[in-house]
Amino acid sequence: MGNMAEIGISDSRIHSAQAVGGSIGDFVALMKPRVMSLVVFTALVGIMLAPEPPHPALAVIALLCIAVGAGASGALNMVRCRHRCVHAAHREPAHSPGFVTPEEALTFGTVLAIGSVATLALIVNWVAGALLALTIAFYILVYTMWLKRRTPQNIVIGGAAGAFPPMIGWAVSTGSIGTESIMLFLIIFMWTPPHFWALALYRMRDYERAGVPMLPVVAGTDETRKQIVIYSALLVPLGLWPAFMGLAGGLYAVVSIVLGAVFLAFALAVYHHREGRQADYAARRLFAFSIFYLFGLFAMLLLERGIDRLVD
Amino acid sequence: MADDERQEWERRRRMRSIAIALALAALVVVFYVATLVRLGGNVLNRPL
Repeated sequence: MGNMAEIGISDSRIHSAQAVGGSIGDFVALMKPRVMSLVVFTALVGIMLAPEPPHPALAVIALLCIAVGAGASGALNMVRCRHRCVHAAHREPAHSPGFVTPEEALTFGTVLAIGSVATLALIVNWVAGALLALTIAFYILVYTMWLKRRTPQNIVIGGAAGAFPPMIGWAVSTGSIGTESIMLFLIIFMWTPPHFWALALYRMRDYERAGVPMLPVVAGTDETRKQIVIYSALLVPLGLWPAFMGLAGGLYAVVSIVLGAVFLAFALAVYHHREGRQADYAARRLFAFSIFYLFGLFAMLLLERGIDRLVD
Repeated sequence: MADDERQEWERRRRMRSIAIALALAALVVVFYVATLVRLGGNVLNRPL
């Protein structure tokens, strides 16, 4: 789940020494609040796009559960990472020098994971609860423990964890998994590789040091640039799909085409500029824009749905 | 453990305890609100 933003290097908040124990800020930071915010936003879009969103209070409770579930994933991932992980782009701001022991982090993450899944299942519905459980399990077992340090396809397959939140949101509203929510899933799923590979291009040394077999480390930067273009070319039409399926309207289609064209242009710039500062700049620009792209698409879906409801 | 370290350790433990208490209180509120929303007026409908 936190996959959208994780991957970063050593975490001083988890320490084998007991020291003075973790502060509240340390525990909050373990949950990776910035990742949580993106997860909550995409889940909110899933909730609101459904034909009949739930009572606002239930929607807020559902979002709270999804946020806590995402935080649990982040904390459990950090237990696994300890000093070896990479704090890359989504490094949380430094907080206090306190330490959280791995055992504390494990307990914290486990309690939050079970609590969030149980609450969502009991209060909202079992489909949403089961999807949240699947997301956390997928992120920890499949991504963090299995793929992350074994294959350069880590973020391709593991990216599914970050793509589940809108699906959970849709299930919150409908109690089912519709083609619409699969569409939202696929957009984030296809967005994840170019997003992380752009980051990996300019943080390659960090990943190398941390022993994470990201694509540029294993297959080289040329292959990574090629893969970025391929995935971007697949992503852009997918981004338009909601407009053809009736989930979004003309405004969304226009924004999706414009943002998609810029995304492709930036991906091609990454492909062409292979050395020096220009290459570094192109990778950083694509990484930053990819976040804006995803946010833009989902914000438009939300905006259009809001306008539709006002007009109705 | 030195005195100042012990004081800091106790302070953090106290803060963690307060945070756990607040989280539990929030959970009570969440279930209370969910019950009202889910059952509405039927909360009082308990035929004997």
